[in-house]
Amino acid sequence: MVPRRFVVTGTRRDTDDTCTLDLTAADDQPLAFASGQFTMLSAFGVGEVPISISGDPAYPEVLRHTIRDVGGVTRSLVAARPGTMLGVRGPFGHGWEVADGRGGDVVFVAGGIGLAPLRPAVLEVCADRTSYGRVSLLYGTRTPGDILFGPDLRAWAREHDIDVEETVDAATHGWRGRVGVVTHLIDQASFDEAHALVLVCGPEVMMRYAAQALLDRGLAREQIRLSMERNMKCGVGLCGHCQLRELFLCVDGPVLTYDRLEPLLTRAEL
Amino acid sequence: MRTIAELLPEHPFFSGLDERWIDLITGCASNTHLSPGTYLFREGGPADTFFLIRRGQVAIEAATPTGAVVVQTAHEGDVVGWSWLVAPYRWTFDARATEETSLIAFDGACLRDKCAEDPELGYALLQRVVRVISAHLHSARVRLLDLYRNPS
Repeated sequence: MVPRRFVVTGTRRDTDDTCTLDLTAADDQPLAFASGQFTMLSAFGVGEVPISISGDPAYPEVLRHTIRDVGGVTRSLVAARPGTMLGVRGPFGHGWEVADGRGGDVVFVAGGIGLAPLRPAVLEVCADRTSYGRVSLLYGTRTPGDILFGPDLRAWAREHDIDVEETVDAATHGWRGRVGVVTHLIDQASFDEAHALVLVCGPEVMMRYAAQALLDRGLAREQIRLSMERNMKCGVGLCGHCQLRELFLCVDGPVLTYDRLEPLLTRAEL
Repeated sequence: MRTIAELLPEHPFFSGLDERWIDLITGCASNTHLSPGTYLFREGGPADTFFLIRRGQVAIEAATPTGAVVVQTAHEGDVVGWSWLVAPYRWTFDARATEETSLIAFDGACLRDKCAEDPELGYALLQRVVRVISAHLHSARVRLLDLYRNPS
């Protein structure tokens, strides 16, 4: 429960409100993690927030977080410069376990900042690409300026035979790509419904509609995994802040299959 | 070169439609190829055509004082335009090919006549068009939710 000290060793501005931080442990002991896990990241003297890990699980020497400025703590984190000391607890929770999809097709469905928690799983697939069939990444954002990891998206398509499709809700001048909701990409994506694993991350409502589009294509609920981002606090299932009826998302999640989540996601104020 | 009668059942919009109706409506259809920048139709113009996209991308646009705003794009497997089915048969947006685009274009008046002659065909077509309209309405509502906005 005591935060470890990590030093900011690199920063990158991704979009107007989003930044990626590379952290290195002050004690030189790397933080091993699984794709889809999160840490509790603290800006000393300001506060602590749950942030998904966006780095490569094969290189735990660098702990990478992609952070959106949505409030006081995240504003401090986004403003951190190389040399800043931050606190890290974790990693916490159940991850994507994307290796379960070996031998079949894998579809990543991301909305907005939801691409960040999926990135480690995409890298895992890239590192073992021949073990998987068709791989698609369907990504929706608000505007073209909100697209994360542009160079990664191009490299995954070019070097790892991943079918990357992007769409935006609102086009800006010069955008030549798709305009529309991400669920429409699901309708048109090529994958074998009977042997596909689908990992979905984004705003909760978007994930619900994405799951419905996947069910319409004939997938079973057990083939669909969602990452639930609720109000994690303790990270170890004690405080109850992230409780979703019988689930403590910090330990039971954040990644859960849709058969467990469906009855919970359609209830208001749960 | 494949005929329209061969191509139509492969398009998702007509998938599963009875063969006799495919034969019936083929006479209303023609193959079209558009270069980037070519308009399929303009807002306010007579809605006399219905398009199936075989390849490429079409932007549905609204003209604004600061330039055209793309409200939606349509792609392979999509259809463009249902105003041909609803009086007063006028387009409500612009539609423009944004890349090399191959389409099957239907004469809207011809299709309406076929539907009037054979209500069973009319019902089958209407079901398909309503499915498209329903999907567009759902998309529009989801976008109204502005799901990706910054909560701060």
